[in-house]
Amino acid sequence: MRVRVDGEERIAEEGQTVAAVLLAAGRDSWRTTRFGGRPRGLFCGIGVCFDCLVVVNGVPDVRACLRPVAEGDDIRSQDGAEVPS
Amino acid sequence: MRRVVVVGAGPAGTAAARAAASFGVEVVLIDAAPTPGGRHRWDARGAGARAELPDEVEHLPESAVWAIEPVPGGHRVHVRTGPVDGPERTGRAIEARALVLATGAHDRALPFPGWDLPGVCTAGAARAMARDQGIAVGERVIVAGTGPFLLSAAVSLVEAGARVTAIFEAGDPVPGFITRPGGALAGWTKAGELARYAATLARHDVPLCRRSAVIAAFGKDRVEAVLAARLDRDWRPVPHSLRRFEVDAVAVGFGFTPQLELAVAARCDLEDGFVAVNAAQATSVPGVFAAGDLTGVGGADLAAAEGAVAGAAAAKLLGARVRAPIGAMRRVRAGRRFAAALAEAYPLRPGWREWLREDTPVCRCEEVAYGAFRRAVEELDVGDARVLELATGAGLGLCQGRICGRSVAELAGLPETADAFARRPIAAPVRLGELAEDVPVDEGP
Ligand SMILES: Cc1cc2nc3c(=O)[nH]c(=O)nc-3n(C[C@H](O)[C@H](O)[C@H](O)COP(=O)(O)OP(=O)(O)OC[C@H]3O[C@@H](n4cnc5c(N)ncnc54)[C@H](O)[C@@H]3O)c2cc1C
Ligand code: FES
Repeated sequence: MRVRVDGEERIAEEGQTVAAVLLAAGRDSWRTTRFGGRPRGLFCGIGVCFDCLVVVNGVPDVRACLRPVAEGDDIRSQDGAEVPS
Repeated sequence: MRRVVVVGAGPAGTAAARAAASFGVEVVLIDAAPTPGGRHRWDARGAGARAELPDEVEHLPESAVWAIEPVPGGHRVHVRTGPVDGPERTGRAIEARALVLATGAHDRALPFPGWDLPGVCTAGAARAMARDQGIAVGERVIVAGTGPFLLSAAVSLVEAGARVTAIFEAGDPVPGFITRPGGALAGWTKAGELARYAATLARHDVPLCRRSAVIAAFGKDRVEAVLAARLDRDWRPVPHSLRRFEVDAVAVGFGFTPQLELAVAARCDLEDGFVAVNAAQATSVPGVFAAGDLTGVGGADLAAAEGAVAGAAAAKLLGARVRAPIGAMRRVRAGRRFAAALAEAYPLRPGWREWLREDTPVCRCEEVAYGAFRRAVEELDVGDARVLELATGAGLGLCQGRICGRSVAELAGLPETADAFARRPIAAPVRLGELAEDVPVDEGP
């Protein structure tokens, strides 16, 4: 299936998580922290740390490690965190 | 409300659902993931049958339970169904006479300088990425922490094509603890599996260094190198033992933290940080059972055996005629002996505090540095987790202390550390709009 990662088209596979798509695209971080602006990516891998937040189809604060990709997903890096929104 | 609701579809929850359904009661199995199998998919490759569910079990995939409340005669479980964290999820509340909690555990990570750099992740994350997604988190990876489950993370990494530079085991378990016939591991079916892991790692020349740890990671925007040290008995770095390794990823795990929020919301008693259960897996709250990593970590087999017992007990509570699950209870007893031996063989030692520096973030979400944290704790009389959060900011962030809670409670010297941060009003993230919504309540048969 086709998805976009920060505007660039990528091929993803059924069953992949958004985090896997990002890592496969060579990305190791896709969010910056609220205070220090530090880069963050995958940490706990199972939805508890909230480090891996990413914007999917315009919706921020999606946990990349849990979210399966879907055809046409528009995945974008995120600044800070907006939860709860 | 003649129904069993099981939360969590890992080895424990699927076994519970299967057992309860086999006695003819209605079962709803809820899990946040799209497919059953749990976090670590133990049987995804081998006995695939385990993850398959009988038709009698109603499985609600992609469904996060975010709250539980008592209602007369049982509990009401609040669920959001749909793509993870998406605003298009639909809400629903389900009532049940019997509730089985099987929400599992996640790796505990200890803070150290650089642990917030991309490329540093938990052993569980590295393992899941490698095994479920076929992606190694790095090309040259160090696995560090304590416990035999580090070996399975390392094996998954090797199988996904990574070069594992070394495994640093902070503890000093008796040599051969894992493979010795007899002793603590006798009767534990997974012992053979761990012996196989050891063989795979030997074949790939992955050294296992005892009493050693990664005490710092360096890099600009990602990890580029780490500092490893020999540790003394208390896990303080031994002087002049530091070594530098160039790596692009570090996978760390220091035991486990159970996913307690639903159990705490249901007011279940805890013991040593895990949910306390009796021989029927019943918690202190009538109608609520718990199984798997939530009650103590001893591997997938123990989780499944506990699930089978919990499912039978839940069906019995509903009035079904139930044969005592003698085989499963025997496996639980053996598994618990193993789990206790594990916990004893791999204790955490306080010397990890000496790995911290002034600027090491102790709370990743709120970016609270150790120096500022310590000063706040010294200035204020911090008696419990709430005051600690407010005084230091640690634990106030998005993860609500799931990652840092226990460690900051220990650093602050709180009396109760294991579950200090478990009392969270909302167990899974929901958006404000979702909270306001009216949802249908399913009272069941
Ligand atoms: C790095 C690592 C290596 C390991 N190696 C081994 C090994 O070699 N051998 C072995 O036997 N064991 C190993 N284990 C341990 C093993 O994974 C566990 O003991 C076992 O999987 C526990 O099963 P469980 O059913 O209790 O929990 P899990 O498998 O964790 O399942 C819990 C389920 O609950 C769901 N859930 C949680 N909260 C909610 C909620 N609020 N709403 C909806 N769903 C929810 C989750 O989505 C998940 O599917 C390892 C663990 C780790 C982290
Ligand atoms: S990596 Fe921790 S929530 Fe996704």
